[in-house]
Amino acid sequence: MGERVKKSAAKQPARNRDRVSARRGSGARVRSIAPWRYWTMVVALFSLGVLALSHIAGLQVLPDVHQGFEFLQSQGKSRMLRTVAIPAYRGVITDRRGEPLAISTPVVSICANPQLLALDGDKLAMLARRLKLRVGDLKARIARYRNKEFMYLARQLTPPQAQAVLDLNIVGIFKREEYKRYYPAGEVAAQLVGFTGIDDRGQEGMELAFDSWLYGATGSKRVLKDRKGRVIKELQLIKSEKPGGNLALSIDLRLQYIAYRELKAAMKKFRAKSGSVVVLDVLTGEVLAMVNQPSFNPNDRSRLKVGSTRNRALTDLLEPGSVMKPLTMVAALESGKFHPNTVIDTSPGYLRIGRKTFVDHRNYGKLDLSGILAKSSQVGTTKIAMKLEPEAIRGVFDRVGLGQSPGTGFPGESAGLLPSKRRWRDVERATMAFGYGLAVTPLQLASAYAVLANDGIKKQASLLKISAAEGVLPGPEEQVIDKKIVASVRQMMKAVIGKEGTGTRAAIDTYEVAGKTGTSHKVGAGGYQQDRYVGLFAGMAPADKPRLVTVVVIDDPRGKDYYGGLVAAPVFAKVTAEALRLMSVAPLKAPEPKLVKGSTVKRGGDS
Amino acid sequence: MSQGDFERSLKEHGSSVYGERKRWLALRVDVPLLLLLLLLMAIGISVLFSASGQDFNYVKRQGVFMGIGLFAMLAVAQFDPRFIQRWAFVLYVGGIGLLIAVIFIGVGAKGAQRWLDLGFFRFQPSEVLKVAVPLMLSSYLAQRVLPPHFKHVVVALLLIGTPAILVGIQPDLGTALLIFAAGFFVLFLAGLGRAYLLGALFAGLSIAPIFWFYLLRDYQKTRILTLLDPQSDKLGAGWNIIQSTTAIGAGGSSGKGWMQGTQSQLDFLPESHTDFIIAVLSEEFGFTGVLCLLLVYLLIILRGMMISLNAQSMFGRLLAGSITLTFFVYVFVNMGMVSGILPVVGVPLPMVSYGGTSIVTLMLGFGMLMAVSKEKKRMGEQL
Repeated sequence: MGERVKKSAAKQPARNRDRVSARRGSGARVRSIAPWRYWTMVVALFSLGVLALSHIAGLQVLPDVHQGFEFLQSQGKSRMLRTVAIPAYRGVITDRRGEPLAISTPVVSICANPQLLALDGDKLAMLARRLKLRVGDLKARIARYRNKEFMYLARQLTPPQAQAVLDLNIVGIFKREEYKRYYPAGEVAAQLVGFTGIDDRGQEGMELAFDSWLYGATGSKRVLKDRKGRVIKELQLIKSEKPGGNLALSIDLRLQYIAYRELKAAMKKFRAKSGSVVVLDVLTGEVLAMVNQPSFNPNDRSRLKVGSTRNRALTDLLEPGSVMKPLTMVAALESGKFHPNTVIDTSPGYLRIGRKTFVDHRNYGKLDLSGILAKSSQVGTTKIAMKLEPEAIRGVFDRVGLGQSPGTGFPGESAGLLPSKRRWRDVERATMAFGYGLAVTPLQLASAYAVLANDGIKKQASLLKISAAEGVLPGPEEQVIDKKIVASVRQMMKAVIGKEGTGTRAAIDTYEVAGKTGTSHKVGAGGYQQDRYVGLFAGMAPADKPRLVTVVVIDDPRGKDYYGGLVAAPVFAKVTAEALRLMSVAPLKAPEPKLVKGSTVKRGGDS
Repeated sequence: MSQGDFERSLKEHGSSVYGERKRWLALRVDVPLLLLLLLLMAIGISVLFSASGQDFNYVKRQGVFMGIGLFAMLAVAQFDPRFIQRWAFVLYVGGIGLLIAVIFIGVGAKGAQRWLDLGFFRFQPSEVLKVAVPLMLSSYLAQRVLPPHFKHVVVALLLIGTPAILVGIQPDLGTALLIFAAGFFVLFLAGLGRAYLLGALFAGLSIAPIFWFYLLRDYQKTRILTLLDPQSDKLGAGWNIIQSTTAIGAGGSSGKGWMQGTQSQLDFLPESHTDFIIAVLSEEFGFTGVLCLLLVYLLIILRGMMISLNAQSMFGRLLAGSITLTFFVYVFVNMGMVSGILPVVGVPLPMVSYGGTSIVTLMLGFGMLMAVSKEKKRMGEQL
């Protein structure tokens, strides 16, 4: 529409007035876009394009740009190249004869990336069934890890179990190969062997003490991983793994079983709270058996009680009581003031020292040193102690290793307590003479007895099998007590087992044994408790040329029997008899035909 | 469908087109543009195949949309531009209606409500507006005295502003800006006075702080801030940029080879098959690949500008010019965003990024370009 029309139609809506008819306008008028408008736009946008392109060039091809392609390429590599560990096969722990105590078996853990898991009802149910989980539980667990990228669905399955799960071919489920520790001896050697955690590292016992040796050296390899952490490709081996070393313990599993069986039976019979048995090889210092009660199953630690994992024989302290008296006798003989035949009058059966009165069970009258030991006479022992130098008894205790670390390397092993005093009160001299006022572990007690058994030579106790081939050498040995004195004391200790002694139940048919009973009051909150005891027996066999020392501790027997001679001595007898038989030690005397006699009587009764 | 199958079907399709040369000529088609677009599609499909982790479902769906797009383009190209001009208003109003529908019945992802669920696929109405707005504006302004009067500028700004705001509140700032840019190009080409341009510049500068403090949402601000320092939030907002620049840099000058890009193949690159697909191309084909792709884009844009310059009607010039320039902005914004010089605003790489609506709308736009280009020939015949 032209200007003319516009004037004449002034009241037309503005919209129409300015409207140019496309049909007429395009033909009649030459209207075009000014070229500079094109050029401005093209140049503006093109320069922006060049800007973006130069930025990309900076990222991709220009050298020496801050965060340029060299940097970005290394960044890229660091995202997907990973060095991963190759677990080494953990060494086997065996007993001295090669019986396995701890072995690693390959297992497979099933892992998942919860963000990739898209499970419908069917697959979920199938997965749950093969994982032996309830569908609801599985669902809840996956939901809990919903915003994570890794979770374990099941750990340490056997390879066939794991394969069954992997065969479902579910996206987001993958495997991780691991090793699981298995303990064939179970609860029998549980505290000694210890156990490993789920990461295959030692947590308790010998597994912990020799962890780095058993673990070996982890290898490493370079792999290509995607963002979800799945290994896409193994690129190169950086370091091959070094399998862990094997470890032969000093224990004899057969003996360990026997000791465990007898201890457990005694625990039950005497309703005791805990207990330990230690068997030492006198000649080498090796521990042939070390058992504790209560125990646990290292293969299923779901209901583990903390107290049951303690290797009480090495960690728990007790006041030994009368079992120390043979060492007091050593001090007596060493002083030269006493001979085995020296007679001491224990009448009237009690003795007042300071404000304390020491009492025997009855008035034993005149006793020689053997008699004092056999009857475990407090009065006699006190009288001897009073005549000795104050430090003499403590000196003997010290020389046989009490109050010092046994040096087995076992985690948490205790050094015991052997107080040293500048001034000894009379009461303290007396109580130390019969084993109070100091604290020892069952192993220390066994080592001390081993000195008596081994002609006065002190050996270091070893939990490892001593073998020059394996590089496990015996510890240093030292003559700490005169051979003759030790022999005399052993003779006296035979009397303990004799008809008049407190330890008759320690007697073995086929071998002569020497030992000493002990019954000590437990210490409670308010001092010594009148009705809580520890029953002990420490002894050796064969008495004249001992091969074994056995210490039995029955802690807190709640039955009517609590004397060491009643609760501990029978365990000693059974364990020692079996042990000597296993070690093929020739019997010194023919077995008494007791059984034959008994059956004859029975037959006679029948007829 | 394997890659081979797909290429074969492409060839079959192509041969059927070329085989009937007469009918082909009877079709109104801009052959250089068509060839360039087919080349771009081929590049796009092969990069997508790699970027999706060799997932044929993506390739198949993308192929279907490319087919629909090609068909739509050829269909639109047959129309007389004046016919298109007449329908511009309907398309525009329909687009606005769909945007309003999105507000009420739209479905969302990642905090933005952008889609209409049509059952078999999700439709993104804002994509339609990328074509409808320049179309509407070209139609409106071409019928006015140019350079436009103030009131026409105001109306034009309302025509641009309404859809831009509707898209902006979805929120989809990237598309809103593209819609705004498309409309602005029409106004600019229509001869918007320098006073307006300076005024717009000042107005833009003065409302920028208001935008920043009152209108932008926190995540949008974070995107802009992370642009300045991606390392400040490595695992959050900076992650996309760091990963994409790493992938681009890892490509070097010649790239790692097709389907060999570790960053993208191993899932380190986020959104690798959609907005960040150029990072995949950069990693696998290197700087050379980027240059080649840009060359194809550049040729398409030059062709578009030629069509615009040679158009017979003002409507055709404005429409062709703004569609072409918008296409350019698309490419630039996407590249800038992925290489870390622009904030991450969610603009796909045209014809390469995975996404059906985007491809079909782009092809509709190219159809209009072709319609405009053929107008000239028809006019020539008539003269």
